[in-house]
Amino acid sequence: MRYHLEFADLWPYWPQFLAGAVTTIEFTFVATVLGLVLGIVGAIARRSGTAWVRVAAGGYVELVRNTPFLIQIFFLYFGLASAGLRLPVFAAAVLAMVINVGAYTTEIVRAGIEAVHPSQIEAAEALGLSTFQIYRDIILRPALERVYPSLTSQFTLMMLQSSITSQISAEELTGAANVIQSITFRSMEAYLVVGLLYLLLTLLLKSGFWALGQVLFPRRRRLGTAL
Amino acid sequence: MGGLSLNYFLYLLQGMGWTVALTLLAFALGGLAGFLVMLARISPVPAVSRATAAYVQVIQGIPVLVILFIVYFGLGILEIDVPPLVAAGLSLTAYTSAFLGEIWRGAVEAVPRTQMEAAECLALTRWQALRDVILPQAVRIATPPTVGFLVQVLKSTSLASVVGFVELTRAAQVINNSTFQPFLIFGTAGLMYFVLCYPLSLWSRTLERRLNVGRR
Repeated sequence: MRYHLEFADLWPYWPQFLAGAVTTIEFTFVATVLGLVLGIVGAIARRSGTAWVRVAAGGYVELVRNTPFLIQIFFLYFGLASAGLRLPVFAAAVLAMVINVGAYTTEIVRAGIEAVHPSQIEAAEALGLSTFQIYRDIILRPALERVYPSLTSQFTLMMLQSSITSQISAEELTGAANVIQSITFRSMEAYLVVGLLYLLLTLLLKSGFWALGQVLFPRRRRLGTAL
Repeated sequence: MGGLSLNYFLYLLQGMGWTVALTLLAFALGGLAGFLVMLARISPVPAVSRATAAYVQVIQGIPVLVILFIVYFGLGILEIDVPPLVAAGLSLTAYTSAFLGEIWRGAVEAVPRTQMEAAECLALTRWQALRDVILPQAVRIATPPTVGFLVQVLKSTSLASVVGFVELTRAAQVINNSTFQPFLIFGTAGLMYFVLCYPLSLWSRTLERRLNVGRR
């Protein structure tokens, strides 16, 4: 028997595919914003003068970066449920994503901060800027500008990784395909469609980040090169 | 509700063994394919290099989990009875080949152009120049990120659990289904992954530091 790919059977389910894609975008957006905040806090903590803060931040980064996301999500979702805290799937998925991407972001932002020359900070201190001002204007802005490409590719990877949340039955794109294929038995077709949608999302995200970078960092745009 | 009994622990250890085996399989095959990807990407024939670039774009733009499903069900459609190991191995090989191909292309292109020009002046063929001049220098540059990527491959093998291959994550799920102590079981499995990955991460970092000293 020869198998014929039959995409027409999937057509009635396009609202589900669309809803899945929208959920994936929502997951990615929330995790990007919160992950960036966590990453900045983490990077500052890794430079803290207090030893235990430094060690805790370092431990968090290493623990998250050296274990699979699937294990992290099971640990959180099933673990918290067994302790009596039943998180909604959306919350558990986003929480796991934020914790995960926060660790990678911490390392990236830290690299950016370390690239800021100490004399810049000394000059700012000499000008009487407050610690908050120094961090905001002298350290973080140039640091983020420098590592922007690494940050955005990390967030793109995270968008792809959000597919794993389907394993705790989050109804994002992959989860939608799981449901649809179990109804139509067109598994190959469903995953091909979803694969294509992910590809489109990746391209969309990349161009979106590029455009955002042009707006956020005019200096980079004017120079036309990496810093 | 006891702790983690010895039997369960041994079951997890066995799963850990399969995780290592799958990692090595994917890394070996993916490395081989990645080498070809790298060669094709630096090919002087534009069609070859562009087609490979498209392959890399596609693989890097689709989640490994979805690639796994496509391979798993795709082979099923061809009426090949696929053991989960094969489906997982194939999809991880594709994933690894795209990323290693790009990492290695970057390393080859990081070797100063003058090296290639000098090799041409000495009338070395393209292959000789690549083998004897470019690659030995590129290997030094490529080693730290390659070891770093090995960690990614190792972590990605956890996805094989989804198609029923009993590696570490699947083993943990099986135990958790009967004992329902998720913190303990997934915590232990997580630590086992950590024990495998952390030394590799450290090694990669050491290599990188050593490389930077050499270039300074």
